[in-house]
Amino acid sequence: MEQGPAGGAGPATAAAGTAGLLLPLSETEQQRYSELFSRCCPPPEAAAGGSSVGELFRASQLPPDTLHQITEVCGAKRVGYFGPAQFYIALKLIAAAQSGFPVRIESIKNELPLPRFMALKNDAEVRYGTPAEFHGVKFQVPHATLEKNSYKRTDEGDKQEPKSPSMSPICSPPASPSTYQRIPLSYGYGKARSGLEQQHGVSYEVRHSTHQQDGPSSGNYGAKSAPTSSTPNRSLSVEREQQDSSAQYSDDPWRITEEQRDYYINQFRSLQPDLNAFISGSSVAKNFFTKSKLPIPELSHIWELSDVDCDGALTLPEFCAAFHLVVARKNGYQLPETLPETLLPEYLQAACLKPLRDCALFDSYSEPLPNSQQTRDFSRTEKSSAEEVPDNSALLQDGKKDDKQALKVSTTLKTIPKEFQHLTVKTAAQEPNAFRARPRSRSYSSTSIEDAMKKGEEPPTPPPRPQKSHSRASSLDLNKIFQQNTQAVRSGWLPPPPPALPPRPSVSQTEQPSEVELHPQMNRPPSRAEDNSSAKKEVVLAQPPSKPARRKLRTEAQGLETPELSPTINVTSSLPAVKSHLPVQKQSSKQKRAIQTAIRKNKEANAVLARLNSELQQQLKEVHKERIALETQLEQLRPVTVL
Amino acid sequence: MAVCIAVIAKENYPLYIRSIPTENELKFHYTVHTSLDVVDEKISAMGKALVDQRELYLGLLYPTEDYKVYGYVTNSKVKFVMVVDSSNTALRDNEIRSMFRKLHNSYTDIMCNPFYNPGDRIHSRAFDTMVNSMMMQVC
Repeated sequence: MEQGPAGGAGPATAAAGTAGLLLPLSETEQQRYSELFSRCCPPPEAAAGGSSVGELFRASQLPPDTLHQITEVCGAKRVGYFGPAQFYIALKLIAAAQSGFPVRIESIKNELPLPRFMALKNDAEVRYGTPAEFHGVKFQVPHATLEKNSYKRTDEGDKQEPKSPSMSPICSPPASPSTYQRIPLSYGYGKARSGLEQQHGVSYEVRHSTHQQDGPSSGNYGAKSAPTSSTPNRSLSVEREQQDSSAQYSDDPWRITEEQRDYYINQFRSLQPDLNAFISGSSVAKNFFTKSKLPIPELSHIWELSDVDCDGALTLPEFCAAFHLVVARKNGYQLPETLPETLLPEYLQAACLKPLRDCALFDSYSEPLPNSQQTRDFSRTEKSSAEEVPDNSALLQDGKKDDKQALKVSTTLKTIPKEFQHLTVKTAAQEPNAFRARPRSRSYSSTSIEDAMKKGEEPPTPPPRPQKSHSRASSLDLNKIFQQNTQAVRSGWLPPPPPALPPRPSVSQTEQPSEVELHPQMNRPPSRAEDNSSAKKEVVLAQPPSKPARRKLRTEAQGLETPELSPTINVTSSLPAVKSHLPVQKQSSKQKRAIQTAIRKNKEANAVLARLNSELQQQLKEVHKERIALETQLEQLRPVTVL
Repeated sequence: MAVCIAVIAKENYPLYIRSIPTENELKFHYTVHTSLDVVDEKISAMGKALVDQRELYLGLLYPTEDYKVYGYVTNSKVKFVMVVDSSNTALRDNEIRSMFRKLHNSYTDIMCNPFYNPGDRIHSRAFDTMVNSMMMQVC
């Protein structure tokens, strides 16, 4: 918003006077400071609100320690509020700090440029203002500190998340939790969200067009800082952002970023050390959320939304959802009527528990999606920086998928990409798939998806077993045969060896040749089947080598596959971008093929064994006949001898 | 398809009343209020025998020419009263029972919310949605 210079001049001089210092404020400085001051506090008040001032300071992208120092030096700590004097001094100190001067009173006596703040504008008119103003001066949308336990100004830097949830993953790993560094990234994402063709290093435009909290529309803060992007991009994005429906953007605040999730998990831990247990609603959770100082009806509604199973307790994903809703509400978002997709417990389950477990397999679910996802990824891929690209695309893909797919499965898939913010893989259409594939290797959650996947993987493994069983069964049958024969006749029949096929040829000479024939036949199919199945398994498992954790699930086949897999894993890991999406897409088809070939082999083996069985049965009958003949002969002979 | 649904607390004050907007709502409030006497009567009649096996569904409390009033009591003496249009003859007892069951389930969900103090008025949006689904659609 534009403030009249006259209004600005007054406070400036007053500030200078009351401060006891003679602050040489230039005209521009006066104007700027007055704008900022009136932004931070409505005119009737004499003092700026602490929260808005805090947000402004944070937008200056200075480290919190410096801001603390500035607050102390300017005297706000002493007087307890940010009067005009303190505010102006603080602004000067911010400018000094940004220019590299130490935070001291003396430093502000120098000639300093205007302090720079990263702001997010939500005013339509503002956007069409001077292009130069857009660039540097983006006033960070105020976000309430969401320190649940202590609502201080300095926060853990997660406030911005609700507004640019997908952005923060883009940025560096949680090691740099400060919101400030994430600010530039948010703009890039904002453009992505609008579904425009995105360009790197794009101007970081405001995207919170619907953000209610930006009540005082961020004014044009005369920016002396260099533009960060070219004008045409910006104007383009500005227009498109305006055309953006708020609905599209409203999806974004409901996605939990990595830092947010970690923060929520830590908070959960502080309440309940066991991450798999519940937080009881009546005492623990209620007190915790009451600390957020939201009105009770809103808290009640948040609880209603997040406690999906209505059991009066919050699991970890439910807690994350509730916390996220509180964060959003504190930042001014209206609570939705129903729980957004991205906050569903199933959606959050894998994500929340990702750091704790290794992942499972979402292949079967990813298969229907890959094509559509890829196209979507292209349309939404936004790269504000090389690092951000993978995260962006993954996140954007999530967003798109959220928009277009209401499948729970798809939501679970979407969670995975977010977890790979730390992966700096090159962007490509396959990358989202790659992300999906990779995180799976990291997180293994005991969701039904995993169980399904495990079951899906099990079918390929059985093939080796049947052959052994078949061989054993056949040997047992023969054992029975031979035992009967030996009991009855005991002629020329060596006792049947209990062990499997190899000893059989020695049992009987008459049957030996046939048995020998049968043996190779039997051995051949099983070995063939085994080889085929193992080969198949190798092929199948060559896909998941990029997901090393999957091998844990294939306990049976591990011995076979690991030697083959390790080289393949090395190969595949070197080409994650290319291969990882292949397993995703072809996994189930390969598995199907493997299963089908295994089935075929089994059928062949069954046929062979059935033939063998019938032949042996015939031989048994013949042998019986012989035995009967011999017995009758014996009977005939006996009376003769007796006589 | 109810015309009016009310949730009455144990102490016989309303926790939630919702009627079809076009009607004279005060009339329904009065009807519900008078039906509380009938509910108490039924409770006292049944309760002395076997408190454990007391049926939650009270059935038709009393009919008038325009509408019928059904009642349902939970074990914590929270009463649900439903006013149904008499002209809606297709509404069978089973359907009324199922509607009360849904009401009861939603009420327990509200109870699970730690931010809800028993005895407060019910402001739950989920509950509102459920009740709206049961009310008659008056176009």
